[in-house]
Amino acid sequence: MNTIRPDPDALLRTIDRQDSTRGRLKLFLGAAPGVGKTYEMLMQAARRRDAGEDVVIGVIETHGRAETEQRAAGFEIIPRRAIDHRGQTLHEMDLDAIIARRPALVLIDELAHTNAPGCRHDKRWQDVEEVLNAGIDVYSTLNVQHLESLNDVVASFARLHVRETLPDRVLDHAEIEVVDIPPGELIERLKAGKVYVPQEASRALAHFFSHSNLTALRELALRRAAQAVDAQMLDYLRAHALEGTWAAGERLLVAVGADAGAQEVVRAGKRLADSLSAPWTAVHIETGPASPNLASPAPSSREELSAALHLASQLGAQVATIPAGGLPEGLAHMAADLRATILVLGQGRRRGLFRREALSAQLAALGLGAAMHIVPCAAAPRRPTAGRDGEFDLAAWLFPPGLLISGALIACVTLAGVLFSALGSVTNIALLYLLPVMLAATRYGLWTGIVTGLISSLAYNFFFIPPIHTFTIADPQNLITVVVLLAVVLVVSHMAGRLRDTAMLSRASAVRSSALAGFARQLTGIGAAGELGRVLCEEGAGLLGCYTVLLMPHDGALAQIAAIPQEITLQALDRVVAQWSFDNRKPAGRGSDTLSAAEWLFLPVEAGGKALAVLGVAHPDAAQPVRADLLPMLTSFLDQAGLALDRIRLEAERGHMRRLEERDALRAALLSSVSHDLRTPLTAVVGLLGDLTPADPEQERVLNLARAEAERLQRFVANLLDMVRIETGAVELHPEPVDLAEAVGSAAHDLRRLLGQRSLAVDIAADLPLVRLDPRLLHHCLINLIENAAHYSPAATPIRIEVRADADGLDLAVIDEGPGLPPGSETRVFETFTRLEGSDRKGGTGLGLAIVKGFAEAMGLQVRAANRADGKGARFTLRMPGGLLWKENDRS
Amino acid sequence: MTAPGKLAKILVVDDEMAIRRLLRGSLSRAGMDVVEAANAREALAALDIDKPDLVLLDLGLPDRDGQELIGPVKASRAALLVVSARDATAQKVAALDLGADDYVTKPFDTDEVLARVRVALRNRLLADNTAPMVCFGVVEVDLAARIVRRDGAEVHLSPKEYGFLAELARYPGRVVSHAAILRAVWGPGQEQAVEYLRVAARGLRRKLEDVPVEQSVIRNEPGVGYRLML
Repeated sequence: MNTIRPDPDALLRTIDRQDSTRGRLKLFLGAAPGVGKTYEMLMQAARRRDAGEDVVIGVIETHGRAETEQRAAGFEIIPRRAIDHRGQTLHEMDLDAIIARRPALVLIDELAHTNAPGCRHDKRWQDVEEVLNAGIDVYSTLNVQHLESLNDVVASFARLHVRETLPDRVLDHAEIEVVDIPPGELIERLKAGKVYVPQEASRALAHFFSHSNLTALRELALRRAAQAVDAQMLDYLRAHALEGTWAAGERLLVAVGADAGAQEVVRAGKRLADSLSAPWTAVHIETGPASPNLASPAPSSREELSAALHLASQLGAQVATIPAGGLPEGLAHMAADLRATILVLGQGRRRGLFRREALSAQLAALGLGAAMHIVPCAAAPRRPTAGRDGEFDLAAWLFPPGLLISGALIACVTLAGVLFSALGSVTNIALLYLLPVMLAATRYGLWTGIVTGLISSLAYNFFFIPPIHTFTIADPQNLITVVVLLAVVLVVSHMAGRLRDTAMLSRASAVRSSALAGFARQLTGIGAAGELGRVLCEEGAGLLGCYTVLLMPHDGALAQIAAIPQEITLQALDRVVAQWSFDNRKPAGRGSDTLSAAEWLFLPVEAGGKALAVLGVAHPDAAQPVRADLLPMLTSFLDQAGLALDRIRLEAERGHMRRLEERDALRAALLSSVSHDLRTPLTAVVGLLGDLTPADPEQERVLNLARAEAERLQRFVANLLDMVRIETGAVELHPEPVDLAEAVGSAAHDLRRLLGQRSLAVDIAADLPLVRLDPRLLHHCLINLIENAAHYSPAATPIRIEVRADADGLDLAVIDEGPGLPPGSETRVFETFTRLEGSDRKGGTGLGLAIVKGFAEAMGLQVRAANRADGKGARFTLRMPGGLLWKENDRS
Repeated sequence: MTAPGKLAKILVVDDEMAIRRLLRGSLSRAGMDVVEAANAREALAALDIDKPDLVLLDLGLPDRDGQELIGPVKASRAALLVVSARDATAQKVAALDLGADDYVTKPFDTDEVLARVRVALRNRLLADNTAPMVCFGVVEVDLAARIVRRDGAEVHLSPKEYGFLAELARYPGRVVSHAAILRAVWGPGQEQAVEYLRVAARGLRRKLEDVPVEQSVIRNEPGVGYRLML
């Protein structure tokens, strides 16, 4: 039988949705403005309010609609926060006030809203995440075109590009309700002025509200909602390992280029992945001639690439950048590695004279195992070609240094040829020209090679082919020579150029690996967090060419451990950002989506799912962001640093443990030596006094007194040492099953001389369970309790010891018939050096009961002192919890 | 072997002069011959030269761990009483398991030491031919016939109870460690099963003692073992 194991990821997602500490999000999804989302949201919220729940409005846009305003009137509204932005006052939702207010449900309209600069998060949906994390339920509204993955689809038919987008994953955790009215009705409402349209956008919007657009949007909304519900259902099925419809096991690989169409391809990939419920990976293949100092494509395309990769990760893709010799090879390799079933590519219109073979055809030729999904792009993807650099340098283009050197070589070769031809045959001179061509192609790239080839053939023609010193070729045989030379030159140049690119790429990759390896090696020798901080800051600064600062928690706050340059101090805002990044284990600050107004970007240093530190990076020129394409490399550094920090922490802990152990060993040695040194002379004194034979009754009286006092001192020393043991935590436990009746018997036997003729009434049932206790400690407890009872009660009265069992354990009580405890002293009696007031017997040391408490608690027992309920006298109880009782099956 | 009429010779090993002096006084007065040793080296020499019948050994010696002397003492066929600190239960149990006959806890009572010394000396005499009949108080154990009588009437014991009692009766008055009883009666591998002993001791007390809590027959030494009272 084929049993299905629950899918852990799916289980986590369903738990996430059911997580009771996190608030639930309900989303009112509409096809267009004006369908009545806000109204519907208010209606439903009113129902929850009327049911007695605490419902408030966080932010709501009524757009002056009377019905909606009327609906909103019955709710408490959290006032918005005024934000001053370039002289303008903007009013934004007050996130902190909502969280501080802690309602059961908060209404937050327009989830896709972009916050004013200066707010904690860029987007309102991020605010909502925080509200949900605080355990507050949220109702919110959304128009379907704001969904990231549907953005271009909408743009393609509605000719309206929406800037305010939110990632699709927000939908994954939400309960979705589609608010829908037929397009005709919506257009009616628009005409009746019931739909809010800003003045400046009225024309664009009028176009937007066409029947066909609305129908298409409506379809999108319904389909997307169905998809989200489907995905949630699928997660449920997988999490509970139920047999059901299963995704076909598709896996998508999306090729991301450094061009304007890249984001479009990413979105198409996301849509496809969603509809197939397939995991997806976005990959950028780095083929460019990366120089050893890790330079990458030109800044403009770098931004496109970084934006596209960022978008992909926002949409839930795995993101990777892989260096490879060629784009098709790299993709094919990656597809095979990931066992991708579908490869998503962008393809623009082909332009230019030399049309290359389409990427898809090249991939097919490489035997790609995956199906290809080709996304047409408006902008042709820029094909990676050797030498593309984005910036144009006229001087370098006219006189590339490589070309000058090649020219000089051609001149040398020509001169040598002239000398050879003076000596004899002319035909082999053509071969000489291969030399400068090969050199130029390998050292300076494809184009220099081809130009060198052309010049070479011209020079050969001019100097050596008759008629000499003209470019005319008389003999057709010589024409063939020139053509073949040219062809050889082209092929060699091309191959040498490719070789050079690959070599450079592998060098760049090697530089990266060795940088990482070097960093890791540096870390292994480090034993202190401060030093690690310095190394990390230096390496980070060197890698990105920017300022760095490392913060680590110290006494509950983040403290600056190291910085490059050292004199950097962070502003208050940056400190807040750093703290956020540390607490949430996410990047924050400039270039991230949280608190992006900060100057610094902070990245957490983690190990074992715990943030250990946070690294801040900032460009020396505050206006510039740090290079996003190098951040993955920095992240690898941070991973290494996290492991090293963890190691340092563990080493420190181990050192601490070792010191504790050494201290314990020293203490134990000291205790045993002190106890030996105190007891031995006392034993001798007591024994020798007993050996003396008194000469007369007076001497006998003195001797007996001396002996009694020496014995008291002996007891006091024993108690004092026990107390020291308890207070220094040096009590050793050797628990074994103990029969309480037997233990009481042993204690009574040891006390036989003290008790004399006093009667000890023992009431212990014969069939009581054994108790897991340390027999020696229990023995001392019993002796001290019985001694105490004997001291504080008249000599003629009996002492009772009884054991009572109840449902949860046993109570062993020592009961006397003395005056009892002064009121209020029930707990004080167990304190060190406490003797009861008003008692006439001071024979004890004032330590006995404190020792009872110390030993009893070490064994897991509770001690209680109280006056008897049934008469005069005190009752001391040792409570043995049920967990200590011996069960038949305790030993298997 | 001590011939009748000859004084028993006791070797007292302790680094404290005052303790040696105290023990010498008590033991001499009780009619024994006392030899002293202040450290392990002297003790080993005295074992060879004086051939004592019993050794009183303090485990805390300056030059060597007292436990290392247990082997040589046993080899000389002398009885062995160890003296150790009050809290060192584990040390006592280890010494008993290594072959010590009994222990005395510091600070000790000289009368108690004398009683233990006498028991150990007598057991040493009996060691070679265990008496078939052991009597204590109103109880007698016939080791040959495996019969226990109380006030002359046969008492029915379970096999484990009898084994337990017989093991104690072989060394009357002397402490027998938990592990030793368990090994002898329940078999090797059961040395840790103290709960068996507790249950068996409960049964024996109910059958042999008038007031079980007084432990007039079977004395419990907390954390160490059991002793048959004479």
